[in-house]
Amino acid sequence: MKRREFIEKTAAGSALLGLGVSLSSFGTSKTKHLTILHTNDVHSYIDPFPADHPRNANMGGVARRAALIETVRKENPNVLLLDAGDIFQGTPYFNYYGGELEFKLMSMMQYDASAIGNHDFDNGIDGLRAQLPHAKFDFLCANYDFKNTVMDGFVKPFKVFNKDGIKVGVFGLGIELAGLVDKNLSKETVYNDPLEIAQDMVRILKKEQKCDLVICLSHLGYKYRDEPNKISDIKLAELTQDIDLIIGGHTHTFLDKPTVVKNKAGQDVLVNQVGCYGINLGRIDFYFDNDKAKAIDGKTIIV
Amino acid sequence: MVNLKKYNDFLKLFVIFLTLNSIASCSNQQYYVTKIEGKKVPINNTNSQVAAIENFVAPYREHINKDLDNVLAICPETLDKSTGKWQTKIGNLMADVTLQYGTKAFQLRDKKSIDICLLNSGGIRSILPKGNVTARTAFEIMPFENSLVVIALKGEQIIEMVNFFIAEKKPHPLAGITFTIDKNKLAKNIVIQGKPIQNDAIYYVGTNDYLANGGDNMNFFKKGIQKFDLEYKLRNILIDYFKDVETIAVPNDVRITEE
Repeated sequence: MKRREFIEKTAAGSALLGLGVSLSSFGTSKTKHLTILHTNDVHSYIDPFPADHPRNANMGGVARRAALIETVRKENPNVLLLDAGDIFQGTPYFNYYGGELEFKLMSMMQYDASAIGNHDFDNGIDGLRAQLPHAKFDFLCANYDFKNTVMDGFVKPFKVFNKDGIKVGVFGLGIELAGLVDKNLSKETVYNDPLEIAQDMVRILKKEQKCDLVICLSHLGYKYRDEPNKISDIKLAELTQDIDLIIGGHTHTFLDKPTVVKNKAGQDVLVNQVGCYGINLGRIDFYFDNDKAKAIDGKTIIV
Repeated sequence: MVNLKKYNDFLKLFVIFLTLNSIASCSNQQYYVTKIEGKKVPINNTNSQVAAIENFVAPYREHINKDLDNVLAICPETLDKSTGKWQTKIGNLMADVTLQYGTKAFQLRDKKSIDICLLNSGGIRSILPKGNVTARTAFEIMPFENSLVVIALKGEQIIEMVNFFIAEKKPHPLAGITFTIDKNKLAKNIVIQGKPIQNDAIYYVGTNDYLANGGDNMNFFKKGIQKFDLEYKLRNILIDYFKDVETIAVPNDVRITEE
């Protein structure tokens, strides 16, 4: 006899015994809904683009993004709000306030976590450290070793979020700094191989932490056509397993919909990136069931 | 199937055990993904705004606008980097100002002067329009955070630099040096700070950190024998100049002569 059926049948007995605890919910299949919202490469764009802008007229704007996020939260309070890095640099807001306003606004919108982008070092690692008191969200990066820098102790490799009983493991990855970030800015930050680190993270999150969902928050870049060996989100998806979603940044790639990639175990991984400057918000809805059979029967991906 | 009547007492205990066990394992219950939906949600003027956010940003925006739109100087004519084969007025203005203000900083730090300034044409991102000049103008011309670097180059590398200039055929901003391009596209009469070039002499060349690291293939900068990071942003040099003058001094002198 299957355990699930057995629990169902003894549940009635349990109620009769007057324990006052209903077990019925354990027998029937329970569904849950998690909404992931994400941005990347917002680059200090706080105001919408002006109406006469040649490319992005009337697009973006933090106050509008906040309204959109509020609407989604009303629809489903189970939201995880993430950013894939390069919060800094691009408008005078950064030059004047060094990222203070960006962090304060993200905190007001209740961002849960962010990756670290190369431009987040633009005022030096000390400049980034100085703005941290304004951020009420976590910075996640598993492959930068900040041990000998002022950022030591302020960046986590991963965080496990419990969203209505769903365990969501999120880990961060940063791009190679050499050639991209002046050593005077990143100082003693050590870059480690993202692929190896990702494999460690997945083992911890899936096997040890027993997460229901594993998300990689990456600033590696979507894909490098001219440099096929360079690690990117697409390559990372193909070369690993047990990552459900990669939220990317850096390449300012405007994807109309998430890319579905087969990982090394033949399972589907979603890779998404929504351009830059806060012009779009990425939205991915995950529906869960505690009945494994329903998942094995085949999950539906609608993109 | 378990016989309920026969094992009643045992069953009671078992159900209690099971109940507690189930409650304990409830928090560790696994969930499996059954459906995923993904989409891009555009943010545009059809979205409403959160007033609290807008009100929070307003004082920051006002402060920046006030500062950026404050008139610092007047420009007598529009300077555009697209007008000029070997040189442009806007480029030479930027090189002149960088050399002049960079030398002030270099004197304070190292008691040295900049002999030559070479920047890149691609680094000029906007025109300098006729009329009021503000800090916003400087941000538009120079949105990047590049800072001034001085590289000590030998005369030989200066010749390499001049040859690069001729081969590139781009009006890169240039100050402190003049030369002539002869009919065979070779450089002659190279004069630095009013004196003919000497192969063994050391010249201090001011440029931006991007070019100093070999950007735009200016590899001669990598052969420098000494490098000084002045930690002075090129945009701030421009703003400091705008603050100091009433009218922009448009350079009209010929620095590169073609035979």
